Amino acid sequence: MTDAPVLEAPVLEAKAIVKVFGQHRALDGVDFTAHAGEVHALLGENGAGKSTLIKILTGAYQPDGGELLLDGQPIHLRDPLHGQTYGIGTVYQEVNLLPNRSVAENLFLGRQPTRFGLVDRKRIDAQARDLLGRYGLEIDVRAELSEYSVAVQQIVAIARAVELSGKVLVLDEPTASLDRNEVQRLFDVVRGLKAKGLAIIFITHFLDQVFDLADRVTILRNGRKVASQPLNTLNTTDVVRMMLGKDVAFDHHPTALAGGPKGAVRVQFQGIGRKGMAPFNLAVHEGEVVGVAGLLGSGRTEVARLMFGVDGAETGQVLVDGQPVTIRNPAQAVAAGFGFCPEDRKLDGIFGDLSVRENIIIALQAKLGWFKALNREDQVELAGRYAEALDIRAANHDMPVKLLSGGNQQKVILARWLAIDPTFLILDEPTRGIDVGAHAEIVRTINRLREEGLALFVISSELDEVVAYSNRIVVMRDREMVAELDGDTIAPDAIVQAIAGTPEEAHP
Amino acid sequence: MTRPTVDLRPTGQPPLPRPRPIATFFTRPQVIALAAVLLVNWALFPGFFTITWQDGRLFGSLIDVLNRGAPVAILAIGMTMVIATKGVDLSVGAVMAISGATAATLVTNGVPAPVAVLAALGTGVLCGLWNGILVTLLDIQPIIATLVLMVAGRGLAQLITEGTIVTFADPLLIFIGTGSFLGLPMPVVIALVLMILATLLVRRTALGLLIEAVGVNRSAARFAGLKANALLLIVYTFAGFCAAISGLIVAGDIRGADANNAGLWLELDAILAVVIGGTSLMGGRFSIPMAVLGAMIIQAMNTGILISGFSPEFNLVVKSAVIIVILVLQSPLSARLFRRLPGAQK
Repeated sequence: MTDAPVLEAPVLEAKAIVKVFGQHRALDGVDFTAHAGEVHALLGENGAGKSTLIKILTGAYQPDGGELLLDGQPIHLRDPLHGQTYGIGTVYQEVNLLPNRSVAENLFLGRQPTRFGLVDRKRIDAQARDLLGRYGLEIDVRAELSEYSVAVQQIVAIARAVELSGKVLVLDEPTASLDRNEVQRLFDVVRGLKAKGLAIIFITHFLDQVFDLADRVTILRNGRKVASQPLNTLNTTDVVRMMLGKDVAFDHHPTALAGGPKGAVRVQFQGIGRKGMAPFNLAVHEGEVVGVAGLLGSGRTEVARLMFGVDGAETGQVLVDGQPVTIRNPAQAVAAGFGFCPEDRKLDGIFGDLSVRENIIIALQAKLGWFKALNREDQVELAGRYAEALDIRAANHDMPVKLLSGGNQQKVILARWLAIDPTFLILDEPTRGIDVGAHAEIVRTINRLREEGLALFVISSELDEVVAYSNRIVVMRDREMVAELDGDTIAPDAIVQAIAGTPEEAHP
Repeated sequence: MTRPTVDLRPTGQPPLPRPRPIATFFTRPQVIALAAVLLVNWALFPGFFTITWQDGRLFGSLIDVLNRGAPVAILAIGMTMVIATKGVDLSVGAVMAISGATAATLVTNGVPAPVAVLAALGTGVLCGLWNGILVTLLDIQPIIATLVLMVAGRGLAQLITEGTIVTFADPLLIFIGTGSFLGLPMPVVIALVLMILATLLVRRTALGLLIEAVGVNRSAARFAGLKANALLLIVYTFAGFCAAISGLIVAGDIRGADANNAGLWLELDAILAVVIGGTSLMGGRFSIPMAVLGAMIIQAMNTGILISGFSPEFNLVVKSAVIIVILVLQSPLSARLFRRLPGAQK
């Protein structure tokens, strides 16, 4: 298939956009164009820079480098409202309207037609009905917005955004909470807008939706653009490969990971599941890393949360060293010797205002109980020991942990779990958002912990990374463990195809 | 198989120098503020620092500040821990009224005084437990959850007293409010003992650190295996217990239980005392002795205004001025200003 017809000049163009947060380059010279009458999908895993790019395109962030052009003219957006005046509108996953006001009021909020200085309610309602009618939506516009489904609210939000702006429409994961029929309904609306000549930027995690709706796709990875091309030149496997790593440089460790005899089974999950998550069986051995591959939204994090009791399992049982244990909350998981480095370090991991030392000893202290306090000498010794073992760089251990870099914070959380002498360690995206040097160190640490006999379960969207430390790889898709790759079968194509869902085993 | 361990070499980290507590104590802003208020009082009323020994106990304005400030100080001890968890307890004033009403009603009905005291403390514990359950199990925001008892509590107290001011002549209850021990008024003794016990409890055990952890990041606390809900329950229960003690003192002081006025608005004084003591309303680091000091600053201001002959209404104005100053000092804006000041150029 040849390239799509050469499109005319783009409506919105971003050139060499750079955005830096602290020491982290969230966007590193990214180009992006949106043309009239096309749906342009923006893909990438968490931390790839999608949302940063969107925020720059809509004016929520100002770029640190590069420029934005609208119809060929450079523009400088101060904020999203300013972006709106240029014709750039956004609809977010969480509808950004007023749920307790009527549909009509939401559509015309801030620009209500007035009569004698008063809001002309009749005209608002009539105009709202007329407007939504064009979107095929026949609803009572006087009812409160919250009475309608998320899908309807999304369409109302789109209608409002298009009314207000009308050149570029950014849809930021609009389908995340919609069912299949609602998605189709939304897509019909989007196709209608496309036919009218709007440039539509579509962000989602659902690849099938991308192929269903989009004309072109731009894929970001680690703040850089990996590809930007028409979708009819690509298949799912290509897209997955580009999202997870351009060439998937497999640095497989042949020695430890050859699938030879492992240690004894340490932790066994039997039929663990809950609503929205298919029950799974998994045994993790001593000195083994089970890696998890799968796209965002495939259920990776949900598995980890089930294992650690963050979300209580509704079915199944857990055995530690052959003995059944009850894990209904994280405290019980910690008591069973589990550790968990969560994906969102800032929200679920670190205690920003507490010291490095306190952050390291807190899980051990929680495990010891309220009345067996670790004295200060013990705390200093423990923190010093693990800070050295993991090479945590902090001026001293009494400083608040929030002053440390992301990589060092991650090591602090790792140290917290090593301090309880764990039987089983769950790492959810341990290298996300940390710089390259610390990244390599964490990978080395994972390998070292495996060699020292720990049982680990590691989730990562970096395929080359998972392969570098995993003995086995579990592949997840649609909240189910769909494949398990072991020893020799750990091959790039096998993983990518298992993630994408090969043609033979295509899911309905 | 052996348990996995990380390579554990001894480290070269030198032990950290401990801060010298005495020196830092006198440079704390709260201590300086208290000294300033006391000096102003002395300027207004030269006999302010005079303390006399009479009938086996100490008398003087300074002792009066301690004595009058004790109920709020005791409330502040409980409130400190609640605020450290990023919560607040608006009900403590009403719980004081309930506690006083319970004790007074029981003794006037012939129940032995020790039993009445225990029952009053028990009602305080139950009230605190109720707040804790609303905050943890039902996950209601603390300000709303405790507002329920703040409003309903006075009604409960009135139901207990059947709408009257129940007066009593029981020596034990009166002793709690007005007696003395080793020359010090009982309320001061109780507040001191409670402060020391509570401080030892949270600092000698892990409770203090765990409470701070819950206040800094409740979600991370859960992920780290802390029993956050149990901690919150204990903290609110303890605040209710402290309020019950204050209620007994106030009732004993006036020899009666006034369901309408006992402890009225004292929850706000207690919150103010905690904030003056440097515990942030955003939770986290807390200091019980500093909160008690905060209560003393508030009472020193009250006393100063009274003895200087101004009408008590000024009290509210002065207090609100102090609140504004403290809020400004704690705001991010002033943090930025202070950071910029030394190096301000251009």
